Amino acid sequence: MVHLKINNIPVEVKEGTTILEAAKVAGINIPTLCYLKDINEIGACRVCVVEVKGARSLVAACVYPVNEGMEVFTNTEKVRKSRKTTLELLLSDHKKECLSCVRSTNCELQKLSNEYGCDENRFKGVRAEYEPDTSTSYLVRDNEKCILCRRCVAVCKHVQDVAVIAPARRGFNTHIACAFESNLGDVACVACGQCVAVCPTGALHEREEIDNVRDAINNPEKVVVVAAAPAVRAAIGEEFGYPIGTNTEGKMFTAMRMLGFDKVFDVNFGADLTILEESTELLDRVTNKGVLPMFTSCSPGWIRYVEYYYPELIPNLSSCKSPMQMTGATIKTYWAKKEGIDPKNIYFVGIMPCTAKKFEKTRGDENASGYPDVDAVLTTRELAKMIKTSGILYNELPDGTFDNPLGEFTGAGVIFGATGGVMEAALRTAAEKITGKPLDNVDFKEVRGIKGIKEAEYDLNGIKVKVAVASGLTNAKQLCEKIKKGECDYTFVEVMCCPGGCVNGGGQPIQSAYVRRNTDLRAARAKALYDEDKKAKIRKSHENEAVMSLYKEFFGEPGSHKAHEILHTSYVDRKHK
Amino acid sequence: MKSLEELRALREKMKSQTDNRSVAGADETVIKVGMATCGIAAGARPVLEALLDEADKRKLHNVSISQTGCIGMCRLEPIVEVFKGGQKYTYIHMTPEKARKVMNDHVVNGNPCKEYLIGEN
Amino acid sequence: MFRSHILVCGGTGCTSGNSMKIYDALVERIRKEGLENEVHVTKTGCFGLCAYGPIMIVYPEGAFYSQVKVEDVDEIINEHIIKGRIVTRLLYQETVGEDGSIKALNDTNFYKKQHRVALRNCGVINPEKIEEYIAYDGYEALGKVLTEMTPQDVIDVIMQSGLRGRGGAGFPTGRKWQFAKNSVGDKKYVCCNADEGDPGAFMDRSILEGDPHAVIEAMAIAAYAIGSDQGYIYVRAEYPIAVQRLTIAINQAREYGLLGKNIFGTNFNFDLDIRLGAGAFVCGEETALMTSIEGHRGEPRPRPPFPAVKGLFGKPTILNNVETYANVPQIILKGADWFASMGTEKSRGTKVFALGGKIHNTGLVEIPMGTTMREIIYDIGGGCPNGKKFKAAQTGGPSGGCIPAHLIDTPIDYDNLIAIGSMMGSGGLIVMDEDNCMVDIAKFFLEFTVDESCGKCTACRIGTKRLYEMLCKVTDGTATMEDLDKMEELCYYIKENSLCGLGQTAPNPVLSTLHYFRDEYEAHVKEKRCPAGVCKKLLRYQIVADKCKGCTLCARNCPVGAISGTVKEPHVIDPNKCIKCGVCMEKCRFGAIIKA
Repeated sequence: MVHLKINNIPVEVKEGTTILEAAKVAGINIPTLCYLKDINEIGACRVCVVEVKGARSLVAACVYPVNEGMEVFTNTEKVRKSRKTTLELLLSDHKKECLSCVRSTNCELQKLSNEYGCDENRFKGVRAEYEPDTSTSYLVRDNEKCILCRRCVAVCKHVQDVAVIAPARRGFNTHIACAFESNLGDVACVACGQCVAVCPTGALHEREEIDNVRDAINNPEKVVVVAAAPAVRAAIGEEFGYPIGTNTEGKMFTAMRMLGFDKVFDVNFGADLTILEESTELLDRVTNKGVLPMFTSCSPGWIRYVEYYYPELIPNLSSCKSPMQMTGATIKTYWAKKEGIDPKNIYFVGIMPCTAKKFEKTRGDENASGYPDVDAVLTTRELAKMIKTSGILYNELPDGTFDNPLGEFTGAGVIFGATGGVMEAALRTAAEKITGKPLDNVDFKEVRGIKGIKEAEYDLNGIKVKVAVASGLTNAKQLCEKIKKGECDYTFVEVMCCPGGCVNGGGQPIQSAYVRRNTDLRAARAKALYDEDKKAKIRKSHENEAVMSLYKEFFGEPGSHKAHEILHTSYVDRKHK
Repeated sequence: MKSLEELRALREKMKSQTDNRSVAGADETVIKVGMATCGIAAGARPVLEALLDEADKRKLHNVSISQTGCIGMCRLEPIVEVFKGGQKYTYIHMTPEKARKVMNDHVVNGNPCKEYLIGEN
Repeated sequence: MFRSHILVCGGTGCTSGNSMKIYDALVERIRKEGLENEVHVTKTGCFGLCAYGPIMIVYPEGAFYSQVKVEDVDEIINEHIIKGRIVTRLLYQETVGEDGSIKALNDTNFYKKQHRVALRNCGVINPEKIEEYIAYDGYEALGKVLTEMTPQDVIDVIMQSGLRGRGGAGFPTGRKWQFAKNSVGDKKYVCCNADEGDPGAFMDRSILEGDPHAVIEAMAIAAYAIGSDQGYIYVRAEYPIAVQRLTIAINQAREYGLLGKNIFGTNFNFDLDIRLGAGAFVCGEETALMTSIEGHRGEPRPRPPFPAVKGLFGKPTILNNVETYANVPQIILKGADWFASMGTEKSRGTKVFALGGKIHNTGLVEIPMGTTMREIIYDIGGGCPNGKKFKAAQTGGPSGGCIPAHLIDTPIDYDNLIAIGSMMGSGGLIVMDEDNCMVDIAKFFLEFTVDESCGKCTACRIGTKRLYEMLCKVTDGTATMEDLDKMEELCYYIKENSLCGLGQTAPNPVLSTLHYFRDEYEAHVKEKRCPAGVCKKLLRYQIVADKCKGCTLCARNCPVGAISGTVKEPHVIDPNKCIKCGVCMEKCRFGAIIKA
């Protein structure tokens, strides 16, 4: 243990602790901007500077390790003035559109500038000018709002192992860019949006589709249907001040109706449907010696990753569409027919914790009715914004519920939003299908939790099923490498692009680095879903009556020809295209 | 390089290549051969070569051998001047054989070859 | 044995003056004359007196020929080599005594006060021949270390010698090695910083070009001391000759088994690779350099952890610069006391300076620490050309500060330079005379750092840019006195808050000029006047009516038609049209045009 004094308060911490962490022990907060725990610890922004007795200059608390007898001062005049100057310098090269900025009131730079009483014009000078990158369907980068904290770069490189963005040029001309200044749309970006989720300012945000959705709602010819992904309900409350991990599903349904959506279905239904198709595909591969292990295909970021980086593993991907696409495809075929609506006039909006979904809806082979399965994708944040700007007092709303028939869901569908959830849901169904007996215990706890890679082995009526679950592409990469080398004999592998699964997706409410330091978003939000699953009366997808009647009335049985036409898709090799 | 001895042997060998790459120090023996047209015509070059060869063979690192212009006594060429111990010795009518003897007797052993010196014959 | 040696400078300066053609011509003539066995022509490293290049020297006479042209080769061969008559007209005039006698080079002003330790083989040996290095005691130190000394003995000697890093901050080399030795690691690295980036400094390049084996030998010694078996020399790709000679030297050392396995028959293994840098100034900073070797964008990272604990590829690493290494073999051979006997109490040994700017003898000089600035500038450097008055000297390049004329008697060592607001840096020494505007000088250096900042930390990325903009206001005449205070404040902020040494020292040129030449800044601000007549925006060209004869020459030469007047009548310059090119003043035969 190391003993030191911070602002004269004695502290005892473990060796290797940073001043930043040690200060917390002393009850002192040190502001940060570039620091992102475990992901970006580079001491670049200089906002966290503190005085250390005997040191030549100020030191960055976020990376400076404590040592015995150290005396640290975090709040001296010199420190405060330095931080203020740093912020003022950042502001001098910042496009100050704060009034209308997408991140206004949720901007770490704005918050600190306000706290330190900065004069935004004190260091007025030339500003670096950049065109925003609007080359993709899912996100926008505006380098004029970038403060070069590099959190996006770090998450892209270290968490997702994709590394399509990096600093380019140097000095005052430094900016974040893709190699050779190409557009994001021209590089192997997987669209996960983790960069957006960690951006402290408005330099990165999703490509908004709110206006399109409002236009559809205002169009009397359109039947506008909405459905939210499982993870959305676990996080949207954060936008309205609820503690992280509060499930506000009921208010969400009410708000959706108030926004003018004609029908409120639920992608949880699509999740249950996915399980039936996917478990059928899996059993087919096992019995007919198909390509194994089979990979889940719910996460569009993961799909893009395979298509770009491991096209040789495309045959391992389940051909099932994602739950969102299945929901859309079913709405525009089965439900349209049932209700006698021309699918042309149906406008389906997916509410997603995800930016990659904005890309997914544009993929080929995702238009079962002849029209796109999904017309618009709003992130959790966009839905919240719509609710706020529509004058809806979310916190005051009574709980509502979904519409039938495509809203009914089970606990299995709910847990899709957390890493391991798809696996667990699939195991619940597959186990009963194989054994023909109801499970005593539907909890497959081995595959739960925020660990990057989880492995388990089950004996289902003599059939050994070895499974693996990975979230975050760095972890996925490890599995892919092992599988390529033939070093493992998994039957079924679940991969979610974002660490912790969809609850931590790139479209979820943005939490500051400070909050992320103290709360594990992945675990807290996942808990909301597992709690709902626990309370659910029905917890197995194949017991979802709405799904079963869908098969009876329309698809026949899981894996049928019709189901294949409508609920399955194909992939492209993007590496060699 | 397998040992320090090997390095030192190489250095010793190389020294002769780099001898003369400095201005002669006060303790050095300086030998100058008259190499103007007169000297060369009289056979100064083989004399110079013999001197260089002797210095090489004997590993004489403390000797500076160079040429000089016409000394003004063309009839006595080839002339070799030896500067040693603060004194100047002028050898005349030199031949390679005489030069080798000068190197041995005078330069190495300190006994000037009186018989070749100017004024002695 | 050769009766004569002709050494031709093959350093970058002389090479760009065509010295290699001179070398080729000499070799060709010697061959034609059949003198190959008598006369040896050698390509060497830098002699230091670059102002007078191309340089060659003929031994044993020690005839120092300067500013030689290819056409001079025949005369040198015919007269000097064949007939023994020195070509006096080509001699460096300093070496010719009043009576026509030739002075030894070491008796000339330029060389007299120099003491060549790091440069000892530069201009003496052929850097492309390891055997010549060996002939001059090369690799003896490595042999001694491997066969007679323990690693701790080596570190003790370096420690006792008082050797400090020659690259900038002057950290004690022995202590650095000790830290790395004490660090536990399955692998350790020895790195050499040859990314010399200060504008005007080129001693490291010259050492690599003139004596590459000294660096290789020293790195092997360091590796033995800390327990490493792999080294990297990080050298900028803009030094093609240095890279080429290093490559040759490493290959030769490998051939002789002086790099590789079981060196000198011991169980010590060490090999060395070159890594080329793209010429970013920041890669001279140790952590940025290592990041670059690792294949990443050359950017510094916070310390601690220090490289001695966690350096290249996360392993304990030492990094020293070229000049530091060049001292090491001799310290081993001649002993710590020998080295410590040179220099001052806290700065032992010698230091190489690159003289540049307004000085007669531009070039490379090596002087014992403690030599005064006056001795360097006047005695060695020959003072400012054209009888101009010395104003200040900048040491430490863009990280250093200026030393004003009244401090010219300061003995140069690490601590004295810091005390007067400058620093040793890598040894660039740029001389300014009365025609230099000190605000403009500060702006020049700051522009360099603004350009070379890596852009990682806010303080340097934006801070230096804003500081530069403020300096521009001063030289444009639009700054206020408050701006000067704000500038000073920003300088201290940048020093305190920057992530690495580049940013932490970037404001030094501004601070030191503000300190010593505040009057010049104030003249720009208050009187909108540049005392040295450099800052264009503050200049006005005027015609003195009394002196103007009305010859119209100025008007005819003015590129923008700013001068009007009739023949034989005084002319006038329209300040609104004038672009301050100075052509009129140059053309006027009557001295009627003045700058004000």
